[in-house]
Amino acid sequence: MTNVITPKKSVAVNPLKQSQPLGAALAFLGLKGMMPLFHGSQGCTAFAKVFLVRHFRESIPLSTTAMTEVSTILGGEENIEQAILALVDKAKPELIGLLTTGLTETRGDDMGRILKSFRTNHPELVDLPIIFASTPDYKGSLQSGYATAVEAIVSADYGVNSVADSQQVTILAGSFLSPGDVEEIKEIVTAFGLQPLVLPDLSGSLDGHLEDDYQTVTSGGTSLTQLQSLSNSLYTLAIGESMSPAAAILSERFNTDYQVFPRLAGLEAVDQFLWKLSQLSGLAVPPKYLRQRRQLQDAILDSHFYFGRKRIAIALEPDLLYQTSWLLQSMGAEITAAVTTTKSTILEDLPLETVVIGDLEDMENLLVDNPVDLLITNSQGKTLSEKLQCPLYRLGYPIFDRLGNNQRCLVGYRGTMQFLFDVGNLFLELEVNH
Amino acid sequence: MKITSGKVNQLLTQSGCEHNHHHADGKGKNKACKQQAQPGLAQGGCAFDGASIALVPITDVAHLVHGPIACAGNSWGGRGSLSSGSKLYKMGFTTDVSENDIIFGGEKKLYKAIGEVAQRYQPKAVFVYSTCVTALIGDDLDAVCEAASKKFHLPVIPVNSPGFVGSKNLGNRLSGESLLEHVVGTAEPEYTTPYDINLIGEYNIAGELWNVLPLFEKLGIRVLAKITGDATYDEVCRAHRAKLNVMICSKALINMATAMGERYGIPYIEESFYGVADMNRCLRNIAAKLGDTALQDRVEKLIAEETTALDIALAPYRQRLQGKRMVLYTGGVKSWSIISAAQDLGIKVVATSTKKSTEEDKARIRKLLGEEGVMLEKGNAQEILRLINQTKADLLVAGGRNQYTALKARIPFLDINQERHHSYAGYTGMIEMAREIDEAIYSPIWEQVRKPAPWEV
Ligand code: SF4
Repeated sequence: MTNVITPKKSVAVNPLKQSQPLGAALAFLGLKGMMPLFHGSQGCTAFAKVFLVRHFRESIPLSTTAMTEVSTILGGEENIEQAILALVDKAKPELIGLLTTGLTETRGDDMGRILKSFRTNHPELVDLPIIFASTPDYKGSLQSGYATAVEAIVSADYGVNSVADSQQVTILAGSFLSPGDVEEIKEIVTAFGLQPLVLPDLSGSLDGHLEDDYQTVTSGGTSLTQLQSLSNSLYTLAIGESMSPAAAILSERFNTDYQVFPRLAGLEAVDQFLWKLSQLSGLAVPPKYLRQRRQLQDAILDSHFYFGRKRIAIALEPDLLYQTSWLLQSMGAEITAAVTTTKSTILEDLPLETVVIGDLEDMENLLVDNPVDLLITNSQGKTLSEKLQCPLYRLGYPIFDRLGNNQRCLVGYRGTMQFLFDVGNLFLELEVNH
Repeated sequence: MKITSGKVNQLLTQSGCEHNHHHADGKGKNKACKQQAQPGLAQGGCAFDGASIALVPITDVAHLVHGPIACAGNSWGGRGSLSSGSKLYKMGFTTDVSENDIIFGGEKKLYKAIGEVAQRYQPKAVFVYSTCVTALIGDDLDAVCEAASKKFHLPVIPVNSPGFVGSKNLGNRLSGESLLEHVVGTAEPEYTTPYDINLIGEYNIAGELWNVLPLFEKLGIRVLAKITGDATYDEVCRAHRAKLNVMICSKALINMATAMGERYGIPYIEESFYGVADMNRCLRNIAAKLGDTALQDRVEKLIAEETTALDIALAPYRQRLQGKRMVLYTGGVKSWSIISAAQDLGIKVVATSTKKSTEEDKARIRKLLGEEGVMLEKGNAQEILRLINQTKADLLVAGGRNQYTALKARIPFLDINQERHHSYAGYTGMIEMAREIDEAIYSPIWEQVRKPAPWEV
């Protein structure tokens, strides 16, 4: 069992994590016609917006209730009401994703009551779903904020739409999946004759594509009609440990069985996933994937020379840390240092002795006397990798200094291969240079 | 300094700020600063954002954000201010307060955090920023900073700028107050010269300052303190001995200029480094203020040299850019300073935003744009696109936030704000800007992204 340590210090230095509201907003962005609304002071939204714009290189719809000092004292009810009405007027969203911030949580706005009185005062908006997530930024991280929003999405009532595909499967897509990953998962599931209902579906909204008209809200993602048909799914596949509470909610609400796949990279993990799809659909694994599997095996053989006994340090959110470290371990590499952002049950099951909940300073402390061959973390790790003179493989949020974060796919057989080639090439380059 | 409503009001009614001139009673708020954020529609940053933009460019200090992870975790390292020395300012420090700290108060944690930073990173000083949550729970920033300063023997500067007190603009001014109260005047320069100036409001984004400093050096003008691009803590301490304050392209720190006038008798002028005409005027005005004919002669000589060289370098671009139409969407003084830079290149600016512009700015814009020029008071992405269509513009020049608005509409774009990687200031900056605009407009990509598929025609 992995030992989880939280260093005792009063200051975070070069933080690794981002706040819960940012994660929740990201999850909301996977719904179509969506406008995420931060209940807080305006700066939080501006920071989140700049952050997501820079990572995805896309325009990102986000809005704020713009709390001021005075409205904080008086309570946020009026701001929420004004914000929703202004959005309905200007942006015409099909859905609103309302989330709280540190400020409004500290103040203690009674969100249940506020939303209820909003509904009473505005019967004309009865068809506008307002999905609410409580995401104080003094707790958790991007991953937990995202998970909280997904729980809110699956808990909300959208009315029922009877026309649904009988082969429909709900896919809960964790925060560690990029739009490109989600796209790949959809393709795999579809290949089995199943109809994927992905929640949230970033591949529709943040995949980076040109639209003909300017959009004020998300132009793609899970649609309201799909949300209405949630109860019709045969099964729930939760990708990422952090998605399991949401899967449990679906199971409770609609009696939908589920399985959690904590990772979807690496031969064995992908095998398990396809095996499950095969059982669900009653179809054999399509030839395309049999071929990809052999390709991956070949890639594993070709690249294993460069992974063997490599020392690697990883600083990522729990789910992504889990997927990445198991995959590397299965290639013969050794994870000698790991830092993560927040608590998670999955941390106890990592292929290493200890993991630190901390920041990039903690990572630096782990590495001063124990040099590694590779550092894996977000773009903020650049300075550290330069200091330690080891290559950096960028993963997680944010990645500001690389193109293609929307399309990048690191799951499935194909994605695993891509990862092995990317990282293998870094190692190969080191060997050639020595 | 505590932020009382009196203090905020005083900052919003800066006498140097034209917005207040038509409020004879002096009570009216500066429109730009007041800018009541509208629920649902507001897009801007908070006061904490504004304060950190203005102060983080001081390179050898630790910038410690007292609040939950949202404020620092989502923003650190995001700005393009460059440093020629220490890189400490680039590190993200935050108390990352948790639920427990919120229940029991965050003061102890903050005090310890300052100690840890001081011990582990030996900063010249620590700037401590309050944020919404820590202000709401009533942490006494000033008291903690004072105690920590004594205990750890280093300046610990409180910056009282919680996001909810107002806009980015107000945050700039609050940060100026912190400098005035705790930093400026706390050390003496080794020597002074009659040609000592301070630059205020230039943050060395993408190294813009470095396009201009060599010009001053050639002229024998010493920049005593940069406030704050590529500044050291010590130089800001000594800023009170300058002979002249030169405010660059922003009224953000106007309170510093006026207060330093009152306290230390330093006059100030407002200048811009963008465009040939403005750069020339800037140098001439500085020379005139420092009042020395020898210096004025040197300035004229330098201007003659630089502009001749520049004319040769810009000739091919001027030819290609002649008559191109540009929409400008940026804030404050940049809205006119960039116009004059574009016009130097023969570009027609067909529309500009006037958000955050003062009455004086607007008058200048009106003069520069002429009658048909559109002035956009408020705007959002849709407005900008409508304007581009209406004016048949060839190019949008705006902040990075609007980059994808333009690109999605398949319109050439140039980034003019914080996140850009090219510097457009000074004479050399003009060449860079011309090159960038030319590249944006004439890129071979436009045909591809606008072309329908063969089966669509
Ligand atoms: S609005 Fe308040 S909580 Fe949000 S980033 Fe600004 S200071 Fe932090």
